[in-house]
Amino acid sequence: MQEFIQQLINGLSLGAIYALIALGYTMVYGIIKLINFAHGDIMMVGAYVGFFSLSVLDSNILVAMIYAMLACSILGVLIEKIAYKPLRYSTRIAALITAIGVSLFLEYFTLFLLGPAQRVFPDTAFPVNNYNIIGVSVSNKDIFVIVSAVILMLILQYIIRMTKTGKAMRAVSEDKDAAVLMGISVDKTVSITFAIGSSLAAAAGVMIGVYYNTVNPLMGIVPGIKAFVAAVLGGIGLVPGAMVGGFLMGILETMVSGYGNSLYRDAVAYGVLILILIIKPTGLFGKNTGDKV
Amino acid sequence: MQGSGKIGGRLIAEVAAVAALFMLGQFLISTGMLEQYYQIILTSMCINIILAVSLSLINGFTGQLSLGHAGFMAVGAYASVVMTNRLDLPFIIGILAACLGAALAGFIIGVPTLRLKGDYLAIATLGFGEIIRVVLQNIDYVGGPSGIMGIEKYTTWAWLFASTILTLVVIVNLINSSYGRAIISVREDEVAAELMGINTTRYKVIAFVVGAMFAGLAGALYAHYFYIIKPESFTFMKSFDILVMVVLGGLGSTTGAVIAAIFVTALTAFLQSFPAIRMILYALILIIVMIYRPQGLMGNKEIGRKTLARLWGGKR
Repeated sequence: MQEFIQQLINGLSLGAIYALIALGYTMVYGIIKLINFAHGDIMMVGAYVGFFSLSVLDSNILVAMIYAMLACSILGVLIEKIAYKPLRYSTRIAALITAIGVSLFLEYFTLFLLGPAQRVFPDTAFPVNNYNIIGVSVSNKDIFVIVSAVILMLILQYIIRMTKTGKAMRAVSEDKDAAVLMGISVDKTVSITFAIGSSLAAAAGVMIGVYYNTVNPLMGIVPGIKAFVAAVLGGIGLVPGAMVGGFLMGILETMVSGYGNSLYRDAVAYGVLILILIIKPTGLFGKNTGDKV
Repeated sequence: MQGSGKIGGRLIAEVAAVAALFMLGQFLISTGMLEQYYQIILTSMCINIILAVSLSLINGFTGQLSLGHAGFMAVGAYASVVMTNRLDLPFIIGILAACLGAALAGFIIGVPTLRLKGDYLAIATLGFGEIIRVVLQNIDYVGGPSGIMGIEKYTTWAWLFASTILTLVVIVNLINSSYGRAIISVREDEVAAELMGINTTRYKVIAFVVGAMFAGLAGALYAHYFYIIKPESFTFMKSFDILVMVVLGGLGSTTGAVIAAIFVTALTAFLQSFPAIRMILYALILIIVMIYRPQGLMGNKEIGRKTLARLWGGKR
């Protein structure tokens, strides 16, 4: 039982990180129907910004996270303007291939700039304490990751549900043409969506840095794909779906590596993806819609 | 009668041209005029042509974005090596096992996933490709994560050349057949094709299985030239590599795929010592081609007999 709770807590922290990344995927997909393959790499850039502000600027972990979020929201908007906007009305495959291109570019440009070596997050940035609660070890890392992820999700919910910007985002994802007729600037709304999604990814990047202690240029690929699976699991395009999907994914993964074979951990993510796609492609929370001719 | 004579003559001329190309290659290799380094590049070119042309059938002609091609190549490579290296059977059995194994994998993966559309299909095939790799990593019989070393070098110029030509002939003829028309109609408008009475799923699966089969062939040739195979060589980055060739050449152009495969292989060899720069170039090529020329270099045009005849005989 204790071990189960232990795995559950590990799963929750991992799931919180996946959920934050998945939110960005799902928001972008909801609004322009694009799988933003580069999203995991935006997370990687966020982790690096966090790393440099911790090690070079010697800043506090929260300040580092804010720097990372700011930098990545700018990066996200730039990527959208340069690479995705010209393709908004071309085929989905063209947009998807461009996204793969952007992803490769971010990975290998960072690799070229900073070298392939792993960098270790400074110890002083986040002194680790382990608390022992009825035989279950909870680290302040776990608490930090889960609490800050939940706070960010609450802020996101507030933006989407309560503000005018959020209303515009929901309107554009519902029906782009009707939104334009209602006087909503689609370009601006798409930019804001990219900015918010990328900043959440950046926060997740800093969390991964804290959690695993290291950053490297290719670190975004695997969490990126898994977060995407989480988004599909919850129903892509749906914000609550991404949150639930992220947590489910994290828990499932830690359970498989805890109780089963950790080598199969990655296969589980893909297996879940394929099962979901085949059985219920719209995800756990999705509604079925027919084909339009 | 005159028509058939003309076709016969053309066929003879083409066979002669292909034979001459083969003899030239054989001569350069056996006399050692082509150094080892260039022989490796030539081999990679042939393998990449097979991969690009077979993926172009799926992505370009059928319009089904697949990101799992490296997985089929892995199945082919492992199946053939199990035959030749583990069971000591002749290379031809290995090749057949590779083709059959990859085709079977293509069928098993294709039937459930090809109902999906667009980017869902892309991500599902990516997932399957990765599952193939993870499964191979966990089978001790084929060496687990470290793979198999010391594979006999059976891939000769004759095998390479014959395989490349076979791939081209089969896929070009498939595209020009009634099957090909049906396959292209699926790409152009799936709903309309269905309304015309075409069983779209069936044609998608056919294209997928044929594409996978040739990827398996490429895998067998790869394994028996480069001495070592390991699961890591077949990640989705390898699938992206092949995708870059298809996209660059033009979605829906076999000659485009061939030219792009040759170009990309040469570029890779040229930038061998700067892998990061190679990948940055890849990325920029993908983005720029998609923004400014989404149909790729060749679009859906081919360089065929007509173009060659026009170049040969001046304007007519």
